[in-house]
Amino acid sequence: MSEKVLMKGNEALAESAIRAGCRFFFGYPITPQTELAAYMSKRMPKEGGTYLQAESEIAAINMVYGASAAGARVMTSSSSPGISLKTEGISYMIGADLPGVIINVQRGGPGLGGIQPSQSDYWQATRALGHGDGQIIVLAPSTVQEMADLAYGAFDLADQYRTPVMILADGMLGQMMEPVVLPERRDSLPEKPWAVTGHKGQRPHNVVNSLYLTADELERLNIERFERYEVIKRDEQRAECVMTEDADIVLVAFGASSRIARSAVVHAREKGIKAGLIRPITLWPFPKDAIEATVGTAKAYLSVEMNMGQMVDDVRLVVNGRTPVEFYGRTGGVIPTPAEVLAKIEEMNAELSAKGGE
Amino acid sequence: MGATHNILLAGFGGQGVLFAGKVIATAGLIENRELSWLPSYGPEMRGGTANCSVVLSDEPIGSPLVTAPSELIVMNQPSFDKFCNAVVPGGVIVADATLVPNTAEIEGVKLCCIPATQMAEEAGLKGLANIICVGKLFAEVGFCDKETLFAAIDKCVPPRKAAMIEKNKQALEIGMNA
Repeated sequence: MSEKVLMKGNEALAESAIRAGCRFFFGYPITPQTELAAYMSKRMPKEGGTYLQAESEIAAINMVYGASAAGARVMTSSSSPGISLKTEGISYMIGADLPGVIINVQRGGPGLGGIQPSQSDYWQATRALGHGDGQIIVLAPSTVQEMADLAYGAFDLADQYRTPVMILADGMLGQMMEPVVLPERRDSLPEKPWAVTGHKGQRPHNVVNSLYLTADELERLNIERFERYEVIKRDEQRAECVMTEDADIVLVAFGASSRIARSAVVHAREKGIKAGLIRPITLWPFPKDAIEATVGTAKAYLSVEMNMGQMVDDVRLVVNGRTPVEFYGRTGGVIPTPAEVLAKIEEMNAELSAKGGE
Repeated sequence: MGATHNILLAGFGGQGVLFAGKVIATAGLIENRELSWLPSYGPEMRGGTANCSVVLSDEPIGSPLVTAPSELIVMNQPSFDKFCNAVVPGGVIVADATLVPNTAEIEGVKLCCIPATQMAEEAGLKGLANIICVGKLFAEVGFCDKETLFAAIDKCVPPRKAAMIEKNKQALEIGMNA
């Protein structure tokens, strides 16, 4: 096993991608993800790979399309406004069934917004990464170790399901250092018989394309793709559950805010309040099963996010009116404190006690 | 193994506040503790104030952002003014008195003023006031074993600056004895 090292989240994403066999990186600088690109610019040439700073985010994502079509493991990274620019290309990748890893180290929005950490691209990541019928797998790390682990696994998921995969991180996770054990280097990669690598007259030529002018043909492909989505939803949901078995108040939080929510849950337990935490690791597919498993026992849910309330929609879709679902969040780059979240838990607990006494 | 330390280091960009934080974090790494290091990365980094949060703990760390430090190192006046009242009761402030001329006692907080910048210059260690402050903080709260802190210097100084290792260790000693 490799030694434990101290690394920034952005650097851990980059190193882990290289170890997963990524040999092409196309990007464009933007705070707070720039260390990732800087790290790639140093390391890629030493691995015989390609680091290229494109002229724009749009160019970078289309280079990802090209390298992926040619069968390479490829990655791009940006932060919120830059991801918006990439969405056209991501939609094309979905339409052409191309694997690839896209990192979003989120900052506050909308517009140019700010540069402090945020989770306000949840809706974009899970609903609207480009036009058309389509989804991509979205992973949400909460530690630097998980930045490394999920980036590594993202390439396998992308190849297995022939889909882009997004790592939805944020400025806090990107900038902070924590101890991390990096994954072992991949020595063999999956075959890609669909890739456009030159047929040399030996086989029919492959086509990578997202343009289908016949409605019936496009419908058939979309239906096929959604059948694949059903498999992803069945097999790839991931969540961590902390003290949820007997919890009256179940918090739901991902990424940076889940760290704060966890501290609040521990403090609440110390005060005798039965709180628990479900931490979605996959945002799409949303870990419905983990939430459903608590619906019979939880008396209330609290979604804690660094935005105005986005994932709370998905929690409500699962809970479907059976139990109250509340929201607490800070936005614009403000990181909530455990004390603020604890205060919200205490307020909810007081309401539950009052109801129980009626 | 030990208490949780919520350490905040603040000063001007270029004083090595982030590096000083990295030395403390690396000590935590060597001792296999839970730790986090989070820099400020906003526009204030460009010539203004820089700060970083370091948490050492035996429990998984929630927020890596230190808003109520148990230990505070300040290397300029604006940082002292901004953060001194955030320190929790029982906490410790190490201030570089050369650059923080105006301090006030805070009830329940131990204030250690040492002229770190002046001490560094006099010892021929220009630019190492940051490490002198780390040495002083260590002497006050002992956030790790002494040998670990020296080993952290070995790990943090990049190979191309290997000549700086001994100077950093000398700065630690000066701080510990200040």
